[in-house]
Amino acid sequence: MLYLKDRPGANIVVRGARVLDPVEGIDSVVDVRIDAGVISAIGEQLDTNEHRVVDGAGLVLAPAFVDPHVHLRTPGREDEETIASGTQAAAAGGFCAILAMPNTDPVVDSAATLGALVETAGREAEVAVGFLAAITRGQRGEELTEMAELADAGAVAFSDDGVPVASAGMMRRALQYSSITGRKLALHCEERSLSHDGHVHEGAVAAELGFAGYPSVAESVMVERDLALAAYEGQPIHLLHLSSVESVTALRRARAAGVAATAEVTPHHLVLTDDVVRSLDPNVKMNPPLRAELDRAALLDALRDGTIESIATDHAPHALHEKDVPFEAAPFGVTGLETAFAVLYTRLVQPGLLPLATLVERMTAGPARAFGLDRPCVAVGAAANLVLLDLEREWDVDAQSFRSRSRNSWLLGERLTGVVAMTIAGGAVAFEA
Amino acid sequence: MTSIRLVRDDLRPPGPPPRRHLLSVSDLTRDDVQRLLGTARTFESALDREVKKLPTLKGRLVVNLFYEASTRTSSSFELAAKRLSADTLTIKSAGSSVDKGESLKDTAQTLGAYDPDVIVIRHPQIGAPQLVARVTDAHVVNAGDGKHQHPTQALLDLYTMQQEFDRLEGLHVAVVGDVLHSRVARSLLQAFALVGIRCTLVGPPALLPRGLDAEMTTDIGVIRDADVVYVLRMQQERMEAGSNYVPSLREYAARWGVTPDRLRPGQKVMHPGPMNRGVEIDPRVADSVDALVETQVRSGLVIRMAVLYDVLTGGPVGVRALAAAEVA
Repeated sequence: MLYLKDRPGANIVVRGARVLDPVEGIDSVVDVRIDAGVISAIGEQLDTNEHRVVDGAGLVLAPAFVDPHVHLRTPGREDEETIASGTQAAAAGGFCAILAMPNTDPVVDSAATLGALVETAGREAEVAVGFLAAITRGQRGEELTEMAELADAGAVAFSDDGVPVASAGMMRRALQYSSITGRKLALHCEERSLSHDGHVHEGAVAAELGFAGYPSVAESVMVERDLALAAYEGQPIHLLHLSSVESVTALRRARAAGVAATAEVTPHHLVLTDDVVRSLDPNVKMNPPLRAELDRAALLDALRDGTIESIATDHAPHALHEKDVPFEAAPFGVTGLETAFAVLYTRLVQPGLLPLATLVERMTAGPARAFGLDRPCVAVGAAANLVLLDLEREWDVDAQSFRSRSRNSWLLGERLTGVVAMTIAGGAVAFEA
Repeated sequence: MTSIRLVRDDLRPPGPPPRRHLLSVSDLTRDDVQRLLGTARTFESALDREVKKLPTLKGRLVVNLFYEASTRTSSSFELAAKRLSADTLTIKSAGSSVDKGESLKDTAQTLGAYDPDVIVIRHPQIGAPQLVARVTDAHVVNAGDGKHQHPTQALLDLYTMQQEFDRLEGLHVAVVGDVLHSRVARSLLQAFALVGIRCTLVGPPALLPRGLDAEMTTDIGVIRDADVVYVLRMQQERMEAGSNYVPSLREYAARWGVTPDRLRPGQKVMHPGPMNRGVEIDPRVADSVDALVETQVRSGLVIRMAVLYDVLTGGPVGVRALAAAEVA
């Protein structure tokens, strides 16, 4: 289900790093040895065996991150991102695996389109990539895709991300049919008759600036609908990029009632509110929109208590000229792969709002669990999927910071703490600062 | 184009003062408003002379860039610039390279190459003036951006009220109609807060923006308590078919139209124009002596003169400044 280019496994000893794997219950300063891309020993004063020695003193070694929500813009908009550039960006952000959304041009709704992506990933991908296929043909919400064939061709899950499945009847059929594939539906929850033309969260800021409002309830009525259908059909679902307190409440209630629902939240929804829209900067325009402080706080609570298990960047590259227009004319979406860890470390972990171990869990085991992927871990016998982090170093985000082909980051000009010193993905070094 | 700009930048003294724009009422202080109203009053007295042209902005270039249909605002800015002896250049989107799909950024930079002192822009999208301010060296004046702001309208309305009542603080204004789609209402609300005018917004439920920090009601009866009834245009061009903000314009007119029997005798009525007679405003109200619509248009001219003068000079205009300008 995941694809990356073939590389020889690394032989490395990481010496003296603070090794942190919350799932394995490790948090201590030890050495980690990797033989041919597989973790072979964890302990003190390990033999180097003529391996490359990486000095980890003062650094943190953790399982590398998994991003369940990335737009690689391929096929169709290779000027904005390619599988090569997107996975280089992922590696630079500390990710060993990412999942790519199918809202490309053409949409990934046939085995032929998917097959071409799988083949390219096998040649170009620096970190493992999984591809979601569309739920409906052309994401038009009218006919189901050939899900069985798509699953055989390597689809990791199904999603019409970017647009909602508008019809409840269609959603039910999708839940029923996808059950034979063992692949989940990942749902973009938006009731278009409520969000239509909305650019900004409906609230004080939109009212003051004159933007058409995109109310929270446009998301939460769809969340409620899809949870109800998932419960009725007994099928698991994954809720994409939740943004509102109402959605969190609905998810919490459904999970308590035994519905197999997982969910994700983006760094920007955890850190920003609609207040920043006053800048009229198109780089704070995303779908769903940034919401109120109440919503942000609810999302952070849900992330802490595990109601929301995954952090997803919703990395959405856009060409420079498309964002260099008035706010209303700009497309939705911001990049995030290369800043996700640092911004969450700086804005949530450093001020004491989120334990580092929880952040690591929600960026690794959480998303892996949600999509049935192998969990990156620090354990003997596991493939080396590791990230080495320097939590002391600061850096300034600027247009030159990015491996991504796009630079529509809301963090341009910001100073962040936390640098990815090295990423090992699929047993090989994918990035080194 | 780039090289010309570089040379000019090289000649500029280090650390120039920040360029003054008028992008939003929220950028203004109470003092700014008082200064602008005072400047407008000075210019108004000058307009009583036989020769109405002042040499104040001689040699300056004011570009009017209009991406939306406009009669009063564009004519008013053009005349204001001409009365101050500035050169003017008016570009309307129809028939320009905007028709050929040129982006706002490119159009602005093209015009910016003529080194205009001021770019006045009207655009259907929120934040367009901010973009122009970012990509050119001109002083930028917002002549209306989407549903966001129309600061000179708010200033001319304050000026009109001050002329009429001889004060602003303590007045009560009822703003009636399609508040949701109105940049005028949003600008007025901020301007009223600056000078201490109480404001009540009146309209159908779906046309009162949710979350707005303001006194709001659907009851048209409250307008009788106000010193001024400010009638907003029912923006039919923004009311897409089937959006159902109101069932029909007919029902809107019956329920929220400003008619003589909903007003006190002598109660003042204002409207930013253009009016839909018989929809938001009864023709008898529009034509009554208590309607200040023409005064608003006249105020528009002197306020825009004051704004052009203010962004370029950044100071209060006194009799001495005017006299000096005339000597020069």
